[in-house]
Amino acid sequence: MSGSEPLLRVEGLEKYYESESDFIDRLLGRQKKVKAVDGVSFEINEGETLGLVGESGCGKSTIGRSILQLREPTAGSVYFKGQDITTLSDSELRDLRKEMQIIFQNPQSSLNPRLTVNDIIGEALDIHGIEGDVTRDARIKDLLERVGLNASHANRYPHEFSGGQLQRIGIARALAVDPDFIVCDEPVSALDVSVQAQILNLLEDLQDELGIAYLFIAHDLSVVEHIADEIAVMYLGKIAEIGTPEELFVPPQHPYTEALLSAIPEPDPLWEGDRILLEGSVPSPIDPPSGCKFHTRCPRVIPPSDYEFEQEEWRAVMSFRHRAREEDIAVETFGDDDDALTEALRDELDLPSSLTDPEAERVVEEALRSVADEEFAAAESVLRETFETPCTTDEPALRRTDAGRVACHLFDPAYESGPTDGTRTDDGAVTGDGAAASGDD
Amino acid sequence: MSSETSQRTTERGRIRVTGFDVDRVESRDPLSSWEPDLQSEEGRGRLEYAWKRFRRNHLALFGAATIGFMILLAVFSRPIQLPSSFPVLAGQTVQPFSLAPADPANQDVITGYREPTLENVLTWPPTGLYLFGADWAGRDILSRVMYGGRWSLSIGFIAVAMALLVGIPLGSVAGYYGGKVDELIMRIVDMLYAFPFIVLAIAVIAVLGRGYWEMILALVVVGWLPYARIIRGEILSVKENEYVTAAKALGSRDRSIIVRHILPNAMAPVIVQATLSIGTTVLVAAALGFIGLGLSPASAEWGVMLNVEQDAIARGRWWAGLFPGLAIFVFVMAINLVGDGVRDAFDPQGDQTDSDTGGLR
Repeated sequence: MSGSEPLLRVEGLEKYYESESDFIDRLLGRQKKVKAVDGVSFEINEGETLGLVGESGCGKSTIGRSILQLREPTAGSVYFKGQDITTLSDSELRDLRKEMQIIFQNPQSSLNPRLTVNDIIGEALDIHGIEGDVTRDARIKDLLERVGLNASHANRYPHEFSGGQLQRIGIARALAVDPDFIVCDEPVSALDVSVQAQILNLLEDLQDELGIAYLFIAHDLSVVEHIADEIAVMYLGKIAEIGTPEELFVPPQHPYTEALLSAIPEPDPLWEGDRILLEGSVPSPIDPPSGCKFHTRCPRVIPPSDYEFEQEEWRAVMSFRHRAREEDIAVETFGDDDDALTEALRDELDLPSSLTDPEAERVVEEALRSVADEEFAAAESVLRETFETPCTTDEPALRRTDAGRVACHLFDPAYESGPTDGTRTDDGAVTGDGAAASGDD
Repeated sequence: MSSETSQRTTERGRIRVTGFDVDRVESRDPLSSWEPDLQSEEGRGRLEYAWKRFRRNHLALFGAATIGFMILLAVFSRPIQLPSSFPVLAGQTVQPFSLAPADPANQDVITGYREPTLENVLTWPPTGLYLFGADWAGRDILSRVMYGGRWSLSIGFIAVAMALLVGIPLGSVAGYYGGKVDELIMRIVDMLYAFPFIVLAIAVIAVLGRGYWEMILALVVVGWLPYARIIRGEILSVKENEYVTAAKALGSRDRSIIVRHILPNAMAPVIVQATLSIGTTVLVAAALGFIGLGLSPASAEWGVMLNVEQDAIARGRWWAGLFPGLAIFVFVMAINLVGDGVRDAFDPQGDQTDSDTGGLR
C-alpha cells in the first residue's frame, strides 16, 4: 500500500475561530482564538472508511467541513487525488465538488422544505450538467431506487417523509454527482436505532458497489466499529489515537480511548466491567491545557518519579492543581476554622486524609493552606513546581505502537522511567509525513 | 445464587445483536392498524397552507374585499385612454366604463357648495350623483374620491413594491455575505433610520420637487429600510440550515443559493411587513399631500383633497373633509386587517385552537 498516493491526505489541518469580540477588542487585538481543529493529519484510501469519533465540540464536524472547503482551514493542506485543494480557485473547486460530497446529521434541516425531492436531487444534476433533460428523471428515479425509496415519491415534499427516508434522500443527493469521497457527518445520530442499522447497511452496500471512500464522523464508537476500516479518536481538536478497529479495541490504548470504550453500553445484564468515569468536563478550546490536552481528566497521568503516588492519589492531586488554576474552589462555603477547612477541602477534592509519600503530603498540605487563604496562584505554582510530569509540559506526538498510532506519553519509551529533564528523543514520533509513508499495518 | 454470580463477567460481547434484519421487520405483521399517511393535509407548500388559514379569517377576508372594491371603483371610475405617445394603440380606450357620476375635474357640476342632505340627494340632476356633496369649486366629491383612488392606492402599492425591490436584495446581500458588506449596508440603514420617516420624505421631495414619481421615490427612500433589516435577520438564521451547506457542497453559486434556498424560506415576515406598510405608505402620501408636498392641488389624490379643504369644517362644510378622510381611513383599516390576517396565516402557532390540525407541528 505504501508508495501509492491515498485518495485523501490531510496534513496538519488547523481551523481556528475568532472568539466573540466587540469592536474595541478587535481594535486592540485582544481577540482570542478558538482552536477547533489543532493540527490533524490522516489519510483515506480509495473505497475505505475512516471513522472519526470524539465528544461533542472536539472538532469532528469542523474537520469534515474543512476538508470540503466549506470552511476555509486556517492552516494545513488537504490533498485529494494528489492535488492540494486548499489552494484551488472557486471555479476549480466547483468542479471538484462532483467528486466529494457530504451527508448531514439532521435530515430534517438538510433538505430544503420548499423543494420537492425531484428538485433536491435534480439540483446536483443541473449544476454539473450531468444528464440531459430526457435522462434527468430517469437518473433521479434510479438514484431513489438505489437508496431504497419508491421512485414514485419524487414529487413529494420533505415533510412527507420519515427521518430515515429523509436521510436516504440526503444520500441520494450526495450520490447524484457520482462522488469518490463522502463526508458522513454523524449521519445516523438523529435516527432511531433500527433505522440507524438500515442506513449503515445502505452506506456499506453503496461503498461495495461504487467504491466510495467515507470519512465517517460519529460520537458513538459502536457505530463506527461497524463500518470503519480505520478509526481516529479525537480530543479537543487533536487526534489522540488512530488505528484499525482491532488495534483500537484491544489494550494497550490511549487512556481516552479506553474511557470511551468503557462507555459503550453492554446488553449483557451480568456484565460487570469497569466503567471509567472521566472527571470534570472538556476544557475550553479557547485556552486549552498545556502539554497533553487530556491531562486534566486523564486517569493515568504519569506520576513524578521523585515521589511515591498511588494512581488515584496522583489523579486527585492533578485535579486539585487544575481546579486551583481555574480558581474553581468555593472556599467560603467550607467555614472559617482552619483545620476543619483543610479537612473539608480534602473531602471536596477527593484527597485522602494523608498521602502515601510524606514529602508529597507536606507539599499538598501547603497548597491546601494557600487555597484556604484563597491564594490560588500560590497553590497552583507550588503544585506545578514540585510535581513535574511530562503530561503537563510536553505535547505528545502520534507515535506508532503495536496497536495503532497513539498520542500519549505512556507509550513513549523516553518517559518509561518517569519524567526526564525535558529533553526527549523524537525518533519514535510519527508525524504526518511519516504516517503517510508508513501506511497501515 | 452462586451459579449466577459465577456467570458475572467483565468480558464484553457475550450477547451480540448482529445483522439487523430489515426484511423481517418489513415483512412482519403490522403491530397496529396505523398506516403512515403520506397524502396528508400538510402535503402542500407553506404558502398554500397559509392561504388556507387566511381564508378562514373572516375579518381579513372582509378587508381584502374592501380593498378589492376600492381598486375596482378606482379603475372603473373613468375611462382609461392610452397616452398618445403609446405605440400602435395610441389614444385607444382600454377601459370604457365610467362609474363616476361626473367628471372629477368638472367645476360646473353645480354652483356653490352643495351639502349632501336628503333633499339635495333627491334632486339629482341626470348628469351627476351628489351623494358626497360638492367641494369649494363645485366639483362632485363622490366622483373625486372614486377617481382619486387611482393615485392614493397606486402610490401605496407601487411604493411598497419598489421598496421591496430595493430592500430585499440589499438585505439579502448583507445577511448572506456578512462582514464588511453587511456592516456597510446596515450602517446606511441605521443612518437613514435616524431621521424621522416623514422628515426624510419631505427632504427628498424638497430636493426633487412635487410630482407623482417624485413622491413615490421619496416613499421608497424611506420605505426600504425595514425590509432590508427584516430579511437580513431572517437570512442570518436560515443560512445556518444544513440545506444551504449542502447546496454549497454541491457547488451551487451564491446567487442560486440565495434565490432558490434562502429567500423562499425567509420571505414570510417580509410579506407581512409589506402588507402592513401599504397602509402606512398611503397615510404618509396623504400626509404629504395634506401639507402641500404631494401632488398638484388640482389632483384628486385624497390627501390633496383634504389639504385644499383645510378650513372646510370650520366653515361648516363638513362633507368636504369627511369623505376623502373616510376613504383614507377605510383603506388603511382594510389593509391592516389583511396584514394581520397574513401575519396570522404565516404564524405556525396560529393554529393551536384549531381542532383538525392540533398544536404539535
